[in-house]
Amino acid sequence: MGQFAYFPHTDEDISLMLERIGVGSLDGLYSDVPEDCLFKGVYDLPEAMSEMEVRRHFEALGAKNSKLKIFAGLGAYDHYAPSVIQYIVSRSEFLTAYTPYQCEISQGTLRYIFEYQSMICMLTGLAVSNASLYDGPTAAAEAMRMSVACSPKKKRVLLSAALLPNVLRVVETYARYYGVELTLVEAEGGQTSRAALERELAPGDVAGVIVPGINRYGIVENLEGFADLVHDRKGLLIEYCDPSALAVTKTPAEWGADIAVGDGQSLGIPLCYGGPYVGFMATTDACLRKMPGRIVGQTADKDGKRSYVLTLQAREQHIRREKATSNICSNESLMALFVTVYLSLMGPEGMKRVNDLSYAGAHYLHDRLLSTGKFAEAFDKPFLKEFVLKPLVPADRLQEVLLSGGYFAAVQTEEGYVNFCVTEKRTKAEIDAMVSIIQEAEL
Amino acid sequence: MRYYDKLIFELSKKGRTGFSLPCNEYGRHVSELPSELKRSSSPELPEVSEVDVVRHYTNLSQMNFGVDTGFYPLGSCTMKYNPKINEEIAAMSGFSSLHPLQPACTVQGALEVYEAMDKALSALTGMAAFTLNPCAGAHGELTGLMIMRQYHISRGDFGRTKVIVPDSAHGTNPASAAVCGLEVVVVKSNADGRIDLADLKPLLDDSVAGMMMTNPNTLGLFETEIIRIAEMVHAAGGLLYYDGANMNPLLGKVRPGDMGFDILHLNLHKTFSTPHGGGGPGAGPVGVSEALRDLLPVPKVVREGSALKVVGRAGSGDETPLSAGEVSAFLGNFGIILRAYAYILMLGKENVRMVGPLSVLNANYVKECLKDSYKLPMEGVCKHEFVFDGLIDDGASKAADGQGATTLDVAKRLLDFGFHAPTIYFPLLFHQALMIEPTETESKETLDAFIDVMHRIAAEAAENPAVLREAPHGTPISRPDETTAARKPILKWNG
Repeated sequence: MGQFAYFPHTDEDISLMLERIGVGSLDGLYSDVPEDCLFKGVYDLPEAMSEMEVRRHFEALGAKNSKLKIFAGLGAYDHYAPSVIQYIVSRSEFLTAYTPYQCEISQGTLRYIFEYQSMICMLTGLAVSNASLYDGPTAAAEAMRMSVACSPKKKRVLLSAALLPNVLRVVETYARYYGVELTLVEAEGGQTSRAALERELAPGDVAGVIVPGINRYGIVENLEGFADLVHDRKGLLIEYCDPSALAVTKTPAEWGADIAVGDGQSLGIPLCYGGPYVGFMATTDACLRKMPGRIVGQTADKDGKRSYVLTLQAREQHIRREKATSNICSNESLMALFVTVYLSLMGPEGMKRVNDLSYAGAHYLHDRLLSTGKFAEAFDKPFLKEFVLKPLVPADRLQEVLLSGGYFAAVQTEEGYVNFCVTEKRTKAEIDAMVSIIQEAEL
Repeated sequence: MRYYDKLIFELSKKGRTGFSLPCNEYGRHVSELPSELKRSSSPELPEVSEVDVVRHYTNLSQMNFGVDTGFYPLGSCTMKYNPKINEEIAAMSGFSSLHPLQPACTVQGALEVYEAMDKALSALTGMAAFTLNPCAGAHGELTGLMIMRQYHISRGDFGRTKVIVPDSAHGTNPASAAVCGLEVVVVKSNADGRIDLADLKPLLDDSVAGMMMTNPNTLGLFETEIIRIAEMVHAAGGLLYYDGANMNPLLGKVRPGDMGFDILHLNLHKTFSTPHGGGGPGAGPVGVSEALRDLLPVPKVVREGSALKVVGRAGSGDETPLSAGEVSAFLGNFGIILRAYAYILMLGKENVRMVGPLSVLNANYVKECLKDSYKLPMEGVCKHEFVFDGLIDDGASKAADGQGATTLDVAKRLLDFGFHAPTIYFPLLFHQALMIEPTETESKETLDAFIDVMHRIAAEAAENPAVLREAPHGTPISRPDETTAARKPILKWNG
């Protein structure tokens, strides 16, 4: 056979091994496979490339993408990731490790997951966190199922219509097949309607309610009293949050939420066209044993050394099989490491600064856009780094002009608004330059 | 490996910083937020310097074992080598800086990767089309089962609520079925370790949505009656689902589509060489036959003339009435798809033909060399993995307390010799299951070293099983107290 870098076998190795097995050829290893099942054609694939050719191929593909200044949010945020993160997460001891089932040789992974869980608790104010889930929307779907598992007689869950579109859609998909009835709680004036919530809760058949901390319009919702309404009807309040914002905004625990979920992408993870990201979930002690996903706990080894292990596994799918209420059997460990290293570097002060810069830039942009006369205020409600406006000019044309100037901004929403988002990565000069493009464009 | 005791919180000192950010030149401040929306106190995150962070996590990494450290004979996990070029490609700024909602005209290169990956996976598996949206194997399974249910629902057949799962199946199969609203019916294995057709036949009625299988099964045995099984399931109106966790031995040799499977998921972090990352991120693309193409989840990438576009995104107004729905945040774990596609390009149509055969060669070699010391319940050629049912001589007869060495003890003792443990106590068909999968990227020398150690451990067990029961001896920690960890959970740092 020809030489290939990822196959260490020489022809001599193959003969010696076949001889030991007692089979005449490599084909002989497939003698149990019916003839009809063997593939005898030619694979419709390119011919093997050298490493240099592969690199050139991807460089050419990458060059077909436009590198834009990102002024958009809607669930993926262009925050700055300090250099240290990539350096640490690239260490092959972390990168190429398996799930830490063999805890004696996985203390590195287990330790950082324990730190991650602790940090998620610090941000949300809640008592316990799991080791992470796939992404924000699937974490919300898991929370939906978890709320039903907590009140098995109820099969109805409420969703705020102000949740991000992809969160709504993923929860809807999961609910449809799991057999959960969903009802949307309408938004009024850019915020989840309290009256509508009360009305939907009234029949007493609701297992859980999912509301956004910061909603699809960028508005920081006031959830005062929501928890009491939901708890009076014996349901669970689930808050979908941006964990970066939680460094400054009221925590799920302070609002009285039972479960917090969201996407950790805003904590040091590159945009990377939508993934891999990381879902997070935190909850109260009371709901701990219904929480899906892996959990790391602290214990001691035989000699009393502080040690970490995967724990409470009796909840998990590989033990419960068809009795499981989640099929999750992994986590986004490496992405949790991004988050842990990011939060370690930022600390409380850095997180405040990130929010301060994002808030300031977003409000500056907001006011400058209004002053162009090409937008109208959509809502007069508090926002942090992201907001929507009503365009008074054709939105398609507006986005086109911005794209040709190198800006990804003014993403159209279902309601006909346009979304803008500013992080600490954007400068005042960039904002000014973008606004002058809008100002000068004939739209 | 050296034990290192600290948590990052214990390095914290008030006033220290590890960040560097520009000044606020806007004259606006987050403190303007209404006070009823602000948290009452700052989160108690650590306050550490950059060098503290680098040293801390470097020290943690040194308590970890990875594929780059040594050999993982881990059954059903396909711990093959993770090529380094893939990491560089995933980090290229032409991909890593793309916002997931960027208009299609600005991400044509990324969409080309999706399209090419869809085609390559279809070619390798004999399926018609793929979605790359699921983020993991179990997520792919759930997505595949949603497609299965959607198929019946779209035909107005609402009574198909059962799914047949073999008793040897991965634990995720029944769990995925349950969360997809399907009732699990178990089909037994026969004495050869394969699906018992006599047991299967009466289960196949018009309440069956389909059947989930992995082939080779979790014993590493090829299901030789697969064509017959596919005919039976199809004749009963069901669909056949392929759990791609065991695809590696078939890569380059057998295509699930040719065996009659209608839906499958692949684990890119197994068969297609992307790193496991300590438990994720992976990716679990789902492929379907032509008849099921329109049922694939949204959003999806479609070609219109010379341009690619994204269809079915939330709020787009695109009509996709048959689609099973949206299953993840955007278009899946793109960074993982990039890596796997780079691997496929490196392999090319020639080398890919050797992946399966070399993985099967390695597995059979290890099996033949070790069956004198470990109980082999199923004789004959295996595929990429095989299962031993514990030691032939566990040393119980010589032990003072009459206790021999168990599979767990063998696994723990292996750690002392610089190997990862095999998968243990799975599949559930055997009490002392020890499941070994070497993968094609391991050399004969590595396998010989592993075989020597396994023989040495068997000899130790026969002589003095206590050595195994106390193992590991040379790792950063010894066996921890897992009972207390579960009974009195400490799940976060409490200062």
